[in-house]
Amino acid sequence: MAFVQSPKLPLVALATVYGIVTMAGFFAPYDYERQNRHTALAPPTRIHFVEPNSRFRLRPFVYRWKLRPGTLHQYEEDHSIAFPLRFFASGRPYKIAALIPSWIHLFGTRPEGNVFLLGTDEYGRDVFSRLLYGGRISLFAGLLAAGISVSLGLAAGVFAGYYGSWIDETIMRAAELFLAVPWLYLLLAVRAFLPLRMDPAGVFLLLIAIAGTIGWARPARLVRGVVLSARNREYVLAAKSFGASDFYILRTHILPQAYSVAMTQARLYIPQYITAEVVLSFFGLGVGEPVPSWGNMLDSLQSLFVLESCWWMYAPAALLVIVLLIFEWFFRAESSRFQAR
Amino acid sequence: MKSIGLRALHSLLLLVGASVLSILLVRLAPGDYFESMRINPQISNRTIAALRSQYGLDKPLPVLYWHWAQSALKGEGGFSFAYNSAAGPILWPRAQNTLLLAGCATLLAWMIALPAGVLAAARRGSWADLLASGTIALLLAIPELVLGLVLLLFAVHTGFPAGGMISAARAEAGFWDKSRDVIRHLFMPAVCLAAGLLPLLLSHVRAAMEEALRSPFILAARGFGISFRRVLLRHALPAALNPIISLFGLSVGLLMSSSLLVEAIFGWPGLGKLMLQAIADRDLFLVIDSTMLGTGFLIAGNFVADILLYLCDPRIRAD
Repeated sequence: MAFVQSPKLPLVALATVYGIVTMAGFFAPYDYERQNRHTALAPPTRIHFVEPNSRFRLRPFVYRWKLRPGTLHQYEEDHSIAFPLRFFASGRPYKIAALIPSWIHLFGTRPEGNVFLLGTDEYGRDVFSRLLYGGRISLFAGLLAAGISVSLGLAAGVFAGYYGSWIDETIMRAAELFLAVPWLYLLLAVRAFLPLRMDPAGVFLLLIAIAGTIGWARPARLVRGVVLSARNREYVLAAKSFGASDFYILRTHILPQAYSVAMTQARLYIPQYITAEVVLSFFGLGVGEPVPSWGNMLDSLQSLFVLESCWWMYAPAALLVIVLLIFEWFFRAESSRFQAR
Repeated sequence: MKSIGLRALHSLLLLVGASVLSILLVRLAPGDYFESMRINPQISNRTIAALRSQYGLDKPLPVLYWHWAQSALKGEGGFSFAYNSAAGPILWPRAQNTLLLAGCATLLAWMIALPAGVLAAARRGSWADLLASGTIALLLAIPELVLGLVLLLFAVHTGFPAGGMISAARAEAGFWDKSRDVIRHLFMPAVCLAAGLLPLLLSHVRAAMEEALRSPFILAARGFGISFRRVLLRHALPAALNPIISLFGLSVGLLMSSSLLVEAIFGWPGLGKLMLQAIADRDLFLVIDSTMLGTGFLIAGNFVADILLYLCDPRIRAD
């Protein structure tokens, strides 16, 4: 059980997921907007090792999907040409982490063939590639917004608790106000009157800023409590009488006590904000097409046909649940380690 | 009784503060309903300016707030541009639907969480405890959006109604027929909401009960030969009730947020759907009003929890 309780394993898993979505261009065989109109809603490409005449091939190969005549969305394999999979194949240019230009993809086929690991959506775009690109938005939005909320809360809480009097009073009343509005309503109300259509990068930053800002109240209240109880401890008074500056006392004596509170809040906020981005994009208020996010990918499921017969379109939901589980595992391990110390 | 009066006053002030906050946030952002009219070349800038002044949108914020507050006290809550009518009559039926859904979900979640949490705390390490832990961990990781979509799929496969509130064919039916239909439509969204709430309730009920059961007076009661069952229900449960009641108030707020989402997925005609539409239409007052109603429900939930605490805990009454 020891390795389950250590936070290392989930941390590595999280780093892997975040690493993969950061390098989405390399791991994804296509970019997120390439459409293949005649293979819309095609199921995942099957990867073969054995040819129809039972000859075994060491290099895996794929067939193209061909629309079954007379149907709308039923496909069969076109056995006339086999496309061998290529690894480290060159393809469409992209940028690693939006900085370093490159054109090498982990896998791919000749341009005439297609490899759709998780099928295609209603425009014939590769769901696997979109899933990776979408993860960039969804996963980082959650992480950054939670970071903003917790740091703002930490700052406000420390400020209120340490300086007290009317500063404390004002900050805490404001916090109460922010807590009185249900958070999704607050988020939507603010989002409501920003332009509906903005460029994706703008929306992304905006969402992070809004979500991060409206969440400051809860951590602020809890941190304030910790600071209040720490402020009048003997060792703090001693440090003060030695002439320590406020900054020194805050950094060495008071902030470390707020660590576990901040940690608990991050534990609550990261999943909440990842989900919040997904929900907003699902409503069409977040990152817009053609840029994918897990939320606007799930939007396709509002069509009955997709909901019922395209299981691969659930991929963002499945990955979301997996990522949230890993986060929960990490925080659980981290908090038990903290308690043990 | 004085403390309840103070709490009521506090809640009221909070509501006023929240309304100022929401109108401020909403007005700070650029653009309004008439902004989108600019795209239409047939509408001149002067017409737009005239419309804005007619609805008071060109006024400074305090004046706008004052107008809104007056109209809200009359139960109108400003003017909906998209519906071209007072906002109140549009909001009330929607708010009732949201309350119906949220109420059923709360009932369902508590009916499961209370006995299950008590059982899990009473028999630690038993299958009930393990089942509770498993449920908590699993439901915690499944966001309501995903749960809603899966339930929707399930509903489509089984032919269970999962869209809207009433079938078109039954809209004109008698009261009983209609109610039965509404309940059938209510089932899926209520289950989804309750499932979202369950892990929070279950884990807190279990923790509160565990703490109560560790107290010395429980040991004493057992020592007097009182049966475990009686100790559990008559001694430990009342002692654990305080945090559970506070949790009830908190859960109302969470429920408001999640019902927004669940309503959108299942097409339940509540506040959430209205608000999303109002956002798409940039319908200022409707957005503020729905935010205020959500806030009002949250504050009311906390207030009810306070009163319940007052009734259940003699220590608070003595203060």
